[in-house]
Amino acid sequence: MMRTVGILFLTAALLGIGGKSASAQPMPYITLASTTSTDNSGLFSHILPLFEAASGISVRVVAVGTGQAIRLAERGDADVLLVHHRPSEEKFVAQGYGLKRYNLMFNDFVIVGPADDPAEIARAAKATEAFMSISERRAVFASRGDNSGTHKLELSLWEKNQLDVSKVSGTWYREVGAGMGATLNIAAGMNAYTLVDRATWSSFKNKAALKILFQGDSILFNQYGVIAVSPRRHPHIKADLADQFIGWLISDKGQRAIVNFTIAGQSVFTPNASKIPLR
Amino acid sequence: MSEIFSAFAIAFELIVSLDRELYTIIGRTMYVSISAVAMAALLGLLLGAVLAVYRFPGRRAVIVVLNALMGLPPVVVGLVLYLFLSREGPLGFLGLLFSPTAMVLAQFFLILPIIAALSHQFLRDLYLEYQEQLCSLGARPNQVVFTLLWDGRVNLVTVVMAGFGRAIAEVGAVLIVGGNIAELTRVMTTTIALETSKGNLALALALGIVLVFGAIGLNAAAYTLGGVSTYRRI
Repeated sequence: MMRTVGILFLTAALLGIGGKSASAQPMPYITLASTTSTDNSGLFSHILPLFEAASGISVRVVAVGTGQAIRLAERGDADVLLVHHRPSEEKFVAQGYGLKRYNLMFNDFVIVGPADDPAEIARAAKATEAFMSISERRAVFASRGDNSGTHKLELSLWEKNQLDVSKVSGTWYREVGAGMGATLNIAAGMNAYTLVDRATWSSFKNKAALKILFQGDSILFNQYGVIAVSPRRHPHIKADLADQFIGWLISDKGQRAIVNFTIAGQSVFTPNASKIPLR
Repeated sequence: MSEIFSAFAIAFELIVSLDRELYTIIGRTMYVSISAVAMAALLGLLLGAVLAVYRFPGRRAVIVVLNALMGLPPVVVGLVLYLFLSREGPLGFLGLLFSPTAMVLAQFFLILPIIAALSHQFLRDLYLEYQEQLCSLGARPNQVVFTLLWDGRVNLVTVVMAGFGRAIAEVGAVLIVGGNIAELTRVMTTTIALETSKGNLALALALGIVLVFGAIGLNAAAYTLGGVSTYRRI
């Protein structure tokens, strides 16, 4: 018994030394609360090493849904917020949690679904029409159901059709309560329709019978914003490092790094930062 | 089906190619889970033995609570710990959120009840067997505690390994308090969850296979050590 404990401790101690030397860098760091769509696409593993090399600051990415990312930042658990739901971002700044909001980059959302398109959304002219058609045919739709930016946009599209999806939840409308990738896996399994940002879709490997059926409506525009968390509420926030990071992101170098990130030869995000904060 | 076959191929390739990222993740996984198990074993075995030997008011309540906590959902542990470690929480000033230490703590709280409750159950039976003899020798309760722990060590290895199994297989709690940050708090289970969400099912499964083999190896090592010590005693 004592020997077991001894061995366990020894191993832990040894691994501890190994673990420390590997992880405890003298390098200063900031924590970035962001969305799964940006992280899963591989954008951060492309641009962050460039920033790290230029600045000597390492960026620790916690990738969750927009709703959760904002909560993390509000509680002071992140130094920078990079998400994609403008009304929530503006509220975040207005309530004093964030300093300034900058436009960073955009892409768009697409509606994917079973290749044979039972709800015939490919013929729709508008995204709201496509959604209407899905609800009328009661075609299976997988909703994020997690208060993420994608989920919020999806809900606004149902609302524009005056449809209260909470009433049909569990029938053709299925709230999976998961991240974008997990939702796509479920949609692929159920052969369901779902709303997805183009970055996640492009990099997703388990498309099964799903394909893009609707795209191009301006309402599906997907703007990402970046905000430094205010040190006024949380004095431990690394405002200076956060400022350097955002400054780099919206600089020509950062914007070029974003456009140079490609999947299958195509840029996934279009940089559109303006040096002047929009709010 | 093809995914399952290619998963084995990928798993094999990852292991033999000494993939640097994979081995760092395995190292980090082991560091987190073994640290948690070492701490939980130290406290849990002692707690189990004390509960088996000492009689004090509220003892039954403690046992019932420990037994119930064996089924503690990892996400709940993760969430509670998050609220404590978050900057707005009571321990926020420590700045431990999104660190390997936070993950160790989460797994510690998750497996402490398992080790304490299971070791109590086993040591209680052992105590019944030893009671007369120990009494006739005039052993004090604290001596009884250590005799029981020492003589029960072979079975207690199983108890500790049950805790280890739960710790290393867990994803909900470490995801919340660790944040699955690359090169810092990404462990096997959170990598598997991440690769699954990217649709890399074969790679995710390959990592699962590596995890299972790792667990088999560690258990084999633990049982060999336990077995050797019994053999010597006889």
